[in-house]
Amino acid sequence: MENTHHKQSFWSKYVFSTDHKTIGTQYMIMGMIMAGVGGYLAYVFRYNLAFPGKSIPFYGMLGPQAYNAFVTIHGMIMVFWVGMPVLLSAFGNYLIPLMIGSDDMAFPTVNMMSFWIFAVSALVLIASFFVPGGAFGGGWTMYPPFSAGGYLDPNPNFFKALFSGTSLLILAVALELVAMLMGGINFLVTTINKRAKGMTAWRIPIIVWFLNIAAVIFMFSVGPLVAGAFMLLFDNVLGTGFYDPHRGGDPMLWEHLFWFFGHPEVYVLLLPSLGVLAEILPVFSRKPLFAYKTIIYLALASAFLSVLVWAHHQFVAGIDPRMATFFSIGTILISIPFAGIFLAFMATLWGGAIRMKVPMMWAIGFIGLFLVGGLTGLFLGSNTFDIYAHDTYFVVAHFHYTLFPDIFFGFFAAFYYWFPKFSGKQLNSSMGKWHFWLTFIFFNGVFFLLFFNGLAGQHRRINDYSSFSLISREPYQTFEQIATICAIGLMLTQFIFIFNVVKSLRKVKTGVKNPWEATTLEWVSDSPPPHGNFNPYPEVFRGAYDYSLPDAEVDFTPQNTPKA
Amino acid sequence: METKQNHLTIPIIKIPQGRLGTWVLIAGELVIFGGLICCYLLFRIRYPHWGAMAAHTNTFIGALNTVVLLLSSYTIVRAHGAAVKLDVAKARLWMTCTLLGGVMFLVDKSIEYAHEISEGFTFTSPKLVAAGDHVGSLFWSFYYIMTGLHGAHVLAGMTAIFIVMMQIRKGNNLHRVELVGMYWHMVDLIWIFLFPLLYIAK
Repeated sequence: MENTHHKQSFWSKYVFSTDHKTIGTQYMIMGMIMAGVGGYLAYVFRYNLAFPGKSIPFYGMLGPQAYNAFVTIHGMIMVFWVGMPVLLSAFGNYLIPLMIGSDDMAFPTVNMMSFWIFAVSALVLIASFFVPGGAFGGGWTMYPPFSAGGYLDPNPNFFKALFSGTSLLILAVALELVAMLMGGINFLVTTINKRAKGMTAWRIPIIVWFLNIAAVIFMFSVGPLVAGAFMLLFDNVLGTGFYDPHRGGDPMLWEHLFWFFGHPEVYVLLLPSLGVLAEILPVFSRKPLFAYKTIIYLALASAFLSVLVWAHHQFVAGIDPRMATFFSIGTILISIPFAGIFLAFMATLWGGAIRMKVPMMWAIGFIGLFLVGGLTGLFLGSNTFDIYAHDTYFVVAHFHYTLFPDIFFGFFAAFYYWFPKFSGKQLNSSMGKWHFWLTFIFFNGVFFLLFFNGLAGQHRRINDYSSFSLISREPYQTFEQIATICAIGLMLTQFIFIFNVVKSLRKVKTGVKNPWEATTLEWVSDSPPPHGNFNPYPEVFRGAYDYSLPDAEVDFTPQNTPKA
Repeated sequence: METKQNHLTIPIIKIPQGRLGTWVLIAGELVIFGGLICCYLLFRIRYPHWGAMAAHTNTFIGALNTVVLLLSSYTIVRAHGAAVKLDVAKARLWMTCTLLGGVMFLVDKSIEYAHEISEGFTFTSPKLVAAGDHVGSLFWSFYYIMTGLHGAHVLAGMTAIFIVMMQIRKGNNLHRVELVGMYWHMVDLIWIFLFPLLYIAK
């Protein structure tokens, strides 16, 4: 039996491909390109913060309006056009069929359309920089009245309003959400329906569980925002008053709709990365994952709690203090399931025969950095502290300490781990270690000092502190400069990674099927996997983490090994 | 020679793929309308004045449309029954009935819209705004966004039914009758919520 295929043209093989591996790769490349754009924006406004009034190399002078637009679009890109496609779509598309022993996703054509809608959404976003008035600059949360031009103009010029930075941003986000919804439908149906024989619910690897839980959270929180985005668009282009208090509307409505999606979104981004850790930690400590079922139950609990905490973003927006208490308690409660998951990860490491390879370094670095982000999150979850720290650099440092490890450490851990899978080649490990250590040090250099800036009351939306003598004082301006220099270092470090990938791709294939000696199904397939993935299809006899079984000859027992 | 490998993967839960996908899609759609209806309800409770605005909607046409949609749901069930028995001609006949129901719904809706617009109740209602009734104009914004989004779903459902009608001509893909039927029921169900909220509660 062999895989015979009609010859595919370049277009159907690499561009409009329906193969889940190609689509996953497309998502990943698109996400990395967008990460470059987002990083460039960050470089420009960080440079402006450290050296206000100076001309910025590779950009020029940055005015206040452009500063706001850059900060806004930086946030948008990193969450919606880097985090979502890389963590959810790239991992989900590439890994789910391979890890459950299937040939492809349930709806390959829907999958292809999902990527191309996503690509269009990225173009619309970039285009918003080049319309009259420039890109939207009211913060990534798009709060009205900043985002509702209709306020200022009850009879807006339809086309002028439609091709404004605000409307294009809303359209881009809406398209992106549609693309992700289509992907989410695919994840759920594939996982429920297309598992290999013997792959029962309690044998599915954690990352597949987590990707599906993330897809469910996403689907059930994004709906109201889609409706809300329509209303915001109509406020802009038709002059309705959904969010205009003067017209009977309410701007708080948008805040609720946005954060009802926006907070669960944090967990949509976090769960796939935690899934990556759950795959990597057992492999490199040669031990079964500690408390497999408990981890899944904890993730389900956090998924439930995640839709009950959104208003903790609105403590200063004038919500009822009794309501604020409810959301404070919910926010602090949700740290319990995540603490449990991290505890299980620590217990997996405990007493293991640790192999300190590059993916493992990224995974452990993730845990260390996320701890800082998580603990400062506890402070901010309490409304009494949040009222003081709101919109300061403390918040900025906090969410970068959660999202940077989540998106980038999670991605790099996965990339170094699965690179042999999708290319059949190995990345250079000493370059990988340099990449890790420099990223780790520079990242802390950027954000650790900003906690102190925030506690000193520095506000995050000020583009030029030299105009405000009261808050522009030492050592905080020096901290800004250190942060900027480290940020530049952080971005330059990524060139090591790009160089490493390009160089490794030119090497010959190692021919090693399972270089990390892992147990999950994707390593049963060839590296790189052919169209159709498996030949013959595997049958599953055991859980995903059978390492160092006492009576086994080797210290890993793949899932398709029959029980004795 | 193996060209199609799907059958080698044995699903554990035997739900047909399309049916499962459609259920997930419906779940996602319901949340969109759920969010919209929640927003409407919150404002409705805040502004009792909206009752007076709802009095301007035409309850008779609304009720007629409810009946039309319910009947069209019945005919799509009959189409599904015929498809199960592999009776292509009957399935297509019943689907045509559903399409006619959809067309009638849209015609009724257009008559209604035309009437309301002629009275000055539009998406932004400049007349009401000029008279100082800002809160009232917001009702009409909600009315048009809710019924408009629902109307778009009616159109989408009709398009899907039409495409499937064309696909099953030669007896292929008969299972898709069930899928469009499920979608059509969702469209119907949403209307069952919109009708009392926008027409009856005065």
